[in-house]
Amino acid sequence: MINSLFLINPSGEMFLEKHWKSVVSRSVCDYFLEAKEKALEPEDVPPVIHTPHHYLISIYRDKLFFLSVIQTEVPPLFVIEFLHRVAEMIQDYFGECSETVVKDHMVMVYELLEEMLDNGFPLATESNVLKEMIRPPTILRSVVNTLTGTSNVGDTLLTGQLSTIPWRRAGVRYTNNEAYFDVVEEIDAILDQSGTTVFAEIQGVVEACVKLSGMPDLTLSFMNPRLLDDVSFHPCVRYKLWESERVLSFIPPDGNFTLMTYHVNAQNLVAIPVYVKQSISFFECGSDGRLDVTVGPKQTMGKTVEGVMVTVHLPKTILSINLTATQGSYTYDNGTKLLVWDIGKLNPQKLPNLRGSLSLQAGAPKPEENPSLNIDLKIQQLAISGLKVNRLDMFGEKYKPFKGVKYITKAGKFQVRT
Amino acid sequence: MEWANQLCENRQFGSKMTDSKYFTTTKKGEIFELKAELNSDKKEKKKEAVKKVIASMTVGKDVSALFPDVVNCMQTDNLELKKLVYLYLMNYAKSQPDMAIMAVNTFVKDCEDANPLIRALAVRTMGCIRVDKITEYLCEPLRKCLKDEDPYVRKTAAVCVAKLHDINAQLVEDQGFLDTLKDLISDSNPMVVANAVAALSEIAESHPNSNLLDLNPQSINKLLTALNECTEWGQIFILDCLANYTPRDDRESQSICERVTPRLSHANSAVVLSAVKVLMKFMEMLPKDLDYYSTLLKKLAPPLVTLLSAEPELQYVALRNINLIVQKRPEILKHEMKVFFVKYNDPIYVKLEKLDIMIRLASQANIAQVLAELKEYATEVDVDFVRKAVRAIGRCAIKVEQSAERCVSTLLDLIQTKVNYVVQEAIVVIKDIFRKYPNKYESVIATLCENLDSLDEPEARAAMIWIVGEYAERIDNADELLESFLEGFHDESTQVQLQLLTAIVKLFLKKPTETQELVQQVLSLATQDSDNPDLRDRGYIYWRLLSTDPVAAKEVVLAEKPLISEETDLIEPTLLEELICHIGTLASVYHKPPSAFVEGSRGVMHKRLPARTGSGESTESPDVGTAAGGSAPEAAPSIIPSQGDLLGDLLNLDMAPPTTSGPPPPTTGMQMGGMDLLGGGLDSLLGGDIGGSPAMGAGFGAAPAVMPASLNAPVGGGLGDLFDLGGVGMPMGAYIPPKIVWLPAMKAKGLEISGTFARRAGVIQMELILTNKAMSVMTDFAIQFNRNSFGLAPAGPLQVLTPLGPNQTIEVSLPLSTVGPVMKMDPLNNLQVAVKNNIDVFYFSCQYPISMLFVEDGKMERQVFLATWKDIPNDNESQFQIKDCHLNSDAASSKLQGSNIFTIAKRTVEGQDMLYMSIKLSNGIWVLAELRVQAGNPNYTMTTIRRSGSSLKMLTFFTCAACTLTSLCCCCMDLMLSQYNT
Repeated sequence: MINSLFLINPSGEMFLEKHWKSVVSRSVCDYFLEAKEKALEPEDVPPVIHTPHHYLISIYRDKLFFLSVIQTEVPPLFVIEFLHRVAEMIQDYFGECSETVVKDHMVMVYELLEEMLDNGFPLATESNVLKEMIRPPTILRSVVNTLTGTSNVGDTLLTGQLSTIPWRRAGVRYTNNEAYFDVVEEIDAILDQSGTTVFAEIQGVVEACVKLSGMPDLTLSFMNPRLLDDVSFHPCVRYKLWESERVLSFIPPDGNFTLMTYHVNAQNLVAIPVYVKQSISFFECGSDGRLDVTVGPKQTMGKTVEGVMVTVHLPKTILSINLTATQGSYTYDNGTKLLVWDIGKLNPQKLPNLRGSLSLQAGAPKPEENPSLNIDLKIQQLAISGLKVNRLDMFGEKYKPFKGVKYITKAGKFQVRT
Repeated sequence: MEWANQLCENRQFGSKMTDSKYFTTTKKGEIFELKAELNSDKKEKKKEAVKKVIASMTVGKDVSALFPDVVNCMQTDNLELKKLVYLYLMNYAKSQPDMAIMAVNTFVKDCEDANPLIRALAVRTMGCIRVDKITEYLCEPLRKCLKDEDPYVRKTAAVCVAKLHDINAQLVEDQGFLDTLKDLISDSNPMVVANAVAALSEIAESHPNSNLLDLNPQSINKLLTALNECTEWGQIFILDCLANYTPRDDRESQSICERVTPRLSHANSAVVLSAVKVLMKFMEMLPKDLDYYSTLLKKLAPPLVTLLSAEPELQYVALRNINLIVQKRPEILKHEMKVFFVKYNDPIYVKLEKLDIMIRLASQANIAQVLAELKEYATEVDVDFVRKAVRAIGRCAIKVEQSAERCVSTLLDLIQTKVNYVVQEAIVVIKDIFRKYPNKYESVIATLCENLDSLDEPEARAAMIWIVGEYAERIDNADELLESFLEGFHDESTQVQLQLLTAIVKLFLKKPTETQELVQQVLSLATQDSDNPDLRDRGYIYWRLLSTDPVAAKEVVLAEKPLISEETDLIEPTLLEELICHIGTLASVYHKPPSAFVEGSRGVMHKRLPARTGSGESTESPDVGTAAGGSAPEAAPSIIPSQGDLLGDLLNLDMAPPTTSGPPPPTTGMQMGGMDLLGGGLDSLLGGDIGGSPAMGAGFGAAPAVMPASLNAPVGGGLGDLFDLGGVGMPMGAYIPPKIVWLPAMKAKGLEISGTFARRAGVIQMELILTNKAMSVMTDFAIQFNRNSFGLAPAGPLQVLTPLGPNQTIEVSLPLSTVGPVMKMDPLNNLQVAVKNNIDVFYFSCQYPISMLFVEDGKMERQVFLATWKDIPNDNESQFQIKDCHLNSDAASSKLQGSNIFTIAKRTVEGQDMLYMSIKLSNGIWVLAELRVQAGNPNYTMTTIRRSGSSLKMLTFFTCAACTLTSLCCCCMDLMLSQYNT
């Protein structure tokens, strides 16, 4: 099981350590730091490292390394998933996950970690349960504590921990009963030079914010559930009913949670909302090149494409660039050779274009590699797969909740090769 | 209160309202200040002080000096303060065991608290205090908590048993906690079940042979029910536990699969992968024609694809596992090639894994797509990735024949880019393509030669030299090219040197007139100026071959080469099976069996896929080695790796027997002979040069393990004289049973042992063939016998001096003595052997032929024989029939003599030959026999009687075994006679 956890900042400093079994010397992290030195980018550090006596499993999140030390055969995914929970927990409690925030709440983080694992076994990882045991810091709460003399640590046995619905606490009361669902779809795609789709799929997620009193039992149905290729659910969803009737039936956790994630990878169903005409070329002789990029709408289902952004990692040998954008603005960092063109809203009448010259370092050869373009975009009120929520019904409680569904499509890993 | 206090502080000092204030007191006397605060009367101040202490602790400062002061704060009603003190205790109790005792009373009291939360907290914390003295006090509270009415307490207590076991395993067993824990598997609460399973699995890891998790259909049912209701983490434990179960039949297997399938839709990827493991394993039992089987196959693909859209770290683990899954069941993901396409901002470790899987999935149907992608990757920035992409193109060419031409032209395009490392990789893979498709793409050689000067990596240089040597007749200036390499011969790496030697010899054999000087130069460089034994030995072999019989040399060196196999770096099937059982674990990430790396794995059990029961179809892949040779276990690897070990590659190239399965085609007979000669010759050459250590000869990489029969039919002229055909120099005659596999590779982490026993010149020898079928090198071999009937014991250590590389074979003979400890075995000639290597200890048992124990001085005086025959009581007598023996009595007698069964007298009565024979066993027991042979009747009648030797102990010991012994002797003779028959 998980023996120890170290939080390490990008410069290699360990600023928090927690041991659930015997204490492991922090020198064990040297193996990790060595691997980190070798990697070009912090993202490239291998997630599983073998040392003579331990295994180091790490994740890199929010510019921090979460490094766990294990001594026996433990499923690595189990550890990685848990580390993600730790990062999410910090984010959830303190609004952001950073070194400063952890240092500011060191004792609370420590208490939380103690609640999350016992002897390396996960104990309470549900945000609902944790928050009942250790209340998140708020100014209001500290005032209340002053007046009533209570502390931050709950002292009643948590009802949620043992019921068959560990994700929901009992006795939830709201004056306004609301349930909101966001259907968020991300398009992962690779387009080749000619604009043909090499690969495309949709990663969808249904995020829920449910603030309902009592023990509501919800049923959410879709107009077209069959187009989903693979689904994974929050533990609250009754799988049998999905199998038989293709509806999501569940008693929701209180507050924000991810109800389900899904996948659409049938190529013909994945609409590509924009096209990109590009050419990045370097002259055989001389030290110059040209860049010309135009973005236009393609299959947008009549919606406006917003927040369009093009990111290019230019070759290392580029000395300077001189470009003009017909719309939006571009920034270029000569250190990282990163060109970011922020276009904004896409206007079908007047297509945005970025063009100009690139100059290479004197004497540098024509770059071999072809930089890829990374596209970012957003379409409001559209799930690009065509998924639509049909209705939401509530059983088990008498009141009428307020319901709402929002759709949004974004670019995930959307790449155009040149 | 705390926050109010902080607010006050904030107002007073204007500091931030955060814990960071605890770190500001780094000045001198900090401990002293804290001590004062901890002993303060004010509760709030105390709590603040404990917080400061904890904060210092979390950043690794040593605050253990405050132990007594912190423990004093423990008795409090304030839960938060209590928890904080517990945190401190867990960290420092070990360093202050005597002080920790102070806390015991509070713990014991808290275990009786009315609030289950407090009870659980107390038992949980106590388990975390790793101090022996405390554990004694823990037992009683723990026992109570395990039976607590509140499931929350029970589930916490279950984990506590695992903690206690970690500290003091004996105590846990003595107190009967394991049984209580087992009972908890049937608890009504799913969380308790899950924790009990988790605790038991952890304990079982250190108790490999215990039946802690003894699963039966009832407990499986309990687990499956709990699976639906427990937390995601509990599901992982339960699924991993289920994976260890072997269903009774395919119906049970199917019903478990049906109940596990919903887990594939879990949001937690670890749950998904554990479910995949269970399904992959149990699927093995389902008949393939079952509808459910194909449904299941279809269900497995989407969750695996989904794992690839998760965070990169999860992707990495998923990819390593998918790599195993596509090797075992390529059909699952065969249509999902595109999800493995690389995105430019994937981390490098994800890119490399994806590439690997792309090649595994490449087929004629998708090769065009794959090639286009690979070509794209070859122009990326990352050098490692580009290299692997270029190699991948080569592997595609070898794997999918239809694509070879396109691959070659793609590679040529890449060579034109002149990017140094791309060119070098391309040349290495083109060499492999030549070996797969000879006489097809040689037109590109000219292009390759243009890049000769830019090659600076040994592997690329070696590949290029091989190409020049192999196609010397088509390259006009081959001699010049090779000569240019020869100038810096001593600066080259070994693989280049070896390759250069071989290439020049090839060149010489092809163009002898112009290159005599060159070949002499290289041979003297290799044999006289080099310290490398491999190089020197190879030099000598060539030299001797060339000087003795150039015609034979030509046949040997220029023999037709075996084609390289299409699938490279596949995981060996037995290992793959084991790894499939370990999907989702570290083993699956490292692609090594857990025993190979898990620290302190005290004899990890090997997991095997269950056999298919429904259709009776065998799941084991046919053993290529034995299929090919028929008799001798072939040392040849079934796969020649085209990457990596080029040295091995080259040796194979020159000398290894064909690697394809099935009987070797007749056309290769010649080549076989040639190679065998080399192998055999190697022994004698080495023997001549170094002074005859058989282990050395056998240790040489590609030397055939067994003296092949084809040796007796020399192919090339007088070549036969070159070598000592007798090989190891054994006197013929004694019966030696054929070698059989004693220890299959599957049971011994890739080590296969086959062997036999022989008696040579009065010495009993155990002749072993060790084959390394695993992927890692084996060293440190040792052998030991259990006590046995005849006191057999190794007379010396196992002579395996060189490490045994993957796919290598070594033949060793181990002299045995008969003075070891004696214990009666059943059967009498059973021998239990333990073999150890750097990986593990393996046990097997074998039976030796009793004839091995027949000593040379077993010829009894005639008179003594007569007297003895009469002396021995009748109940020591037994009679046997030997059937189908077509030898006449004289022939039989001389055959048997070879095995120390001596004929004392012969008489003929009514056309029946009666042979009287004596045998003496190594422990002094005499066996007398009468053999009746009727001319024309193939069946012999045999009467044996036994007389024990002088030792009294032996007497009593063998009285009970009398019958067995004589029958053994007889069976043995039976075997010998029928053996010589044919």
